[in-house]
Amino acid sequence: MASTAHSQNNYIKIFIILSVLTVIEVGITFLGLPKMLLATLLVTFAVWKAALVAMHFMHLKFEKTTLTIVALVPFALCVFLILMLLPDIYPH
Amino acid sequence: MSEAVAVHEGAEPAETPLTPESWGKLGMWLFLAGDAMSFGGLIVGYGLLRYASNKWPVPKDVLGINLTAFMTFLLIVSSVWMVLALAAIQEGNKARFQKFLGLVILGGALFLGCQAYEWTHLLGHRLPELGIAFSNNLFATTFFVLTGFHGMHVTGGVIYNSCVLAAVSRGRYQAKHVEIAGLYWHFVDLVWILIFTFVYLL
Repeated sequence: MASTAHSQNNYIKIFIILSVLTVIEVGITFLGLPKMLLATLLVTFAVWKAALVAMHFMHLKFEKTTLTIVALVPFALCVFLILMLLPDIYPH
Repeated sequence: MSEAVAVHEGAEPAETPLTPESWGKLGMWLFLAGDAMSFGGLIVGYGLLRYASNKWPVPKDVLGINLTAFMTFLLIVSSVWMVLALAAIQEGNKARFQKFLGLVILGGALFLGCQAYEWTHLLGHRLPELGIAFSNNLFATTFFVLTGFHGMHVTGGVIYNSCVLAAVSRGRYQAKHVEIAGLYWHFVDLVWILIFTFVYLL
């Protein structure tokens, strides 16, 4: 449960971090970086932003572990899905 | 099995992982987990098709990212408004709550307007100029399926939030209901953050 002025300041802080990360994300696409480096950076930033939203706006950081487990299951299954599909496309 | 039951029966109600007050929240989280798998399947499918294709346009050059960067910002801001609306109703400040949830609904509607404009522009001008047809091109298909599926979620969110606003105003919903609606709205924001990166920027 959120409460009082402290947590509101925290939300504004998260908002600023999210905005700055978005600006950086858009910015680095114009730098002409090597494809692999750009992809790694972009995925890192995206996962970072998604985690910030889940932990702070959706309060996962302050909830019981049960909900975190529920939230992590789809990600585990997606990784599994990717691994299962890799043999289909690996020898490009 | 019998051991587990014994442990469960021995535990105090306060020590159970979820109290009845949070069942609604658990329900929403379970729905979101299922929904995340739908999005996950679509995004992984998109990645698979893209990786296996020989020719794939640079999305940024075809789609343009000025408008969508603004749309990303819009959803992030509306997430913050949602959080502030929840904080307001938890403090019992109904007027402040109505103002912020109204802004959330407005932000969602504006997002949909931007997306409608983007789709119209792409389908009517941009894609035909590049000789890409909606029906026979994987780039276009995956783009419209992913952004369309997400757009449907935003539409649902705008309707959901409007219902919550009306129910709170009539005194039928309390802060806990707003928190659950907030979870859905933040999830829509979270998914857009991923789609913006995977579909537009990568």
